[in-house]
Amino acid sequence: MRFLNWLGQIASVTGMNLRNVPARPGSTIVALLGIAGVVAVLVAVLSISAGFKSTMATTGAEDAAIVIRAGSTSELSSGLSADSVNIIAQAPGVAAGDNGPLSSAELFVIVDAPKRGSGTDANVPFRGVSRGGFEVRDHFRLTDGRLFEPGLREVIVGQGAAREFANLEVGSTVSWGRNEWTVVGHFEDGGSLAESEIWTDVRVLQDAYNRGNSFQSVRVKLESPEALQVFADALTSDARLEVTVERESEFYADQAGVLASVIESIGWVVTGMMGLGAVFAAILTMYASVSSRTVEIATLRALGFGRFPIVVSVLAEALVLGVLGGAVGGIVAYIGFNGYQASTLNWASFSQVTFAFLVTPALLVTGVIYALIMGLVGGLIPSWRAARQPITTALREL
Amino acid sequence: MSESLVEINAVSKIYKRGAERLTVLDKLSLSVPRGDFVALMGPSGSGKTTLLNLIGGIDRPDGGSIVVSDRRIDKLSDRALAHWRSRHVGFVFQMFNLLPVLTAERNVELPLLLTGMNGRQRRERARTALSLVGLQDRFTHKPAQLSGGQEQRVGIARAIVTDPEILLCDEPTGDLDRQSGDEVLDLLVALNESQGKTIIMVTHDPVAAERAKRIVHLDKGRLSSVSEAAA
Ligand SMILES: Nc1ncnc2c1ncn2[C@@H]1O[C@H](COP(=O)(O)OP(=O)(O)O)[C@@H](O)[C@H]1O
Ligand SMILES: [Mg+2]
Repeated sequence: MRFLNWLGQIASVTGMNLRNVPARPGSTIVALLGIAGVVAVLVAVLSISAGFKSTMATTGAEDAAIVIRAGSTSELSSGLSADSVNIIAQAPGVAAGDNGPLSSAELFVIVDAPKRGSGTDANVPFRGVSRGGFEVRDHFRLTDGRLFEPGLREVIVGQGAAREFANLEVGSTVSWGRNEWTVVGHFEDGGSLAESEIWTDVRVLQDAYNRGNSFQSVRVKLESPEALQVFADALTSDARLEVTVERESEFYADQAGVLASVIESIGWVVTGMMGLGAVFAAILTMYASVSSRTVEIATLRALGFGRFPIVVSVLAEALVLGVLGGAVGGIVAYIGFNGYQASTLNWASFSQVTFAFLVTPALLVTGVIYALIMGLVGGLIPSWRAARQPITTALREL
Repeated sequence: MSESLVEINAVSKIYKRGAERLTVLDKLSLSVPRGDFVALMGPSGSGKTTLLNLIGGIDRPDGGSIVVSDRRIDKLSDRALAHWRSRHVGFVFQMFNLLPVLTAERNVELPLLLTGMNGRQRRERARTALSLVGLQDRFTHKPAQLSGGQEQRVGIARAIVTDPEILLCDEPTGDLDRQSGDEVLDLLVALNESQGKTIIMVTHDPVAAERAKRIVHLDKGRLSSVSEAAA
């Protein structure tokens, strides 16, 4: 009974407080927009890393493995001989296709292409794939044109790269290295990293860039996700090979991790500083709110209301401010940034990767929680002051 | 149960501002019997409000003792004092101090939130109190929709809704025109006479003071004279 009563006190004082909010639209809106702005930036920045991670995650399959030279951390720093490539393809655990084991020995170089908007050059991965290259990637699909002919200087372009860079339409000719290349098709790959790349026949690429008969990586399709163990054991115990085997999904998750955490750290640092500003605005608003009700609060206390309901009511008002600000910020971020196409440098390949900002429900929750924290911090000192005011001096303030 | 409801003994109140000491109440003693209606008069700044606040338990003395309805209140903790106020005193303020966002009914209901009553009981009590002060047709009006005299009557309804023994009124007619002031005074007299409420009323106005049973003058921290009202 006592407790219900006490809740009743809190509820009624809080209710009065909230009804007072529209009486001070100016400072309330400033604080609300301050919080909303911080949340919008936070959610937008985190959506970059979420989108990037999601792209990287869809790149890797559970039932595929990627083999690079032992000690290398990326394809770019790896090197594999033609002999090694053959041994790898014949290893146990590799799924069989119509034309033998499903594997693709690959090599990539980096070429320049002009960005559509600015016209400035940026790095694009130019990958040579073997015949199995299409089969080891489950989501590969041509969206326009045709596949390149083995042996010819023809390329197909991932749809992310086609969108991001100029002059990569089907039928156009581009010159990279000492050669002219013809774009014969566009492809998609389930939103993966490959969509940021340009592909050609690996033999043609070796020839064009004087790579002899060397490769950087071998991708294989496994009989099942569990077959990784047999496959990896066979390769690592083979004295002729010095390779690292990784599940494809893990390989890309590792690569995504570095950049994603850099983006996230930047996001938190920037919005942490902005958050201080928003908290300051919230503090001012709550001070204004409390001081406009000095006499009301003192009257309630004279009637016998305790300090705690006063503190809670002011905090509740601040939290409502936070929730509203957070919701507005989240909505702005969602409408403004979700699905926004961007490209960034993938540090593992030193080339551009295109991806879409991804505003996930979890990010929206994070944004609202951050807004609540800003509101709470903003309300603490003013609520404390409201409750500490001596009743007698407050009653004289008229 | 003692005869006097309020027993003030050698109470002092001193404000310190830097090195300066302002003795507002100087070992003041006063006894108010049950059922009394006291008018407290004195020049501005003489400490009338301070004395009233001490009796109502929203301020503490720097010396002496205050007993109200057999309870020594100057030694209670803040929390106990707040609870005590909600049970034993009703405050009536010069500026009414109603909450502008609440209806008359809700304003009067406020002190009942501190009791064990449920919503229906509270509503009923609040309406009874409002009817008692003649505002039975103003339940759902907000303070801004009421005249000053009506607002003060809402204030009085709020003060009596918990049925306290004592009403402390700080210049209750100070902000009202003569006619509304008279109506408020009529109400206070009626509450004193028919409900037996003990009333201590601070006032500047000799005409208002005449309505009380006796008048107490406060000057330079002391009670200078006590006179029976003419009535
Ligand atoms: N919190 C305070 N600090 C310092 N002086 C105060 C304070 N409160 C009241 N006073 C002083 O105490 C004296 C008595 O005030 P008050 O009780 O309000 O007088 P009255 O109600 O008779 O006009 C005044 O001189 C006033 O300035
Ligand atoms: Mg006064």
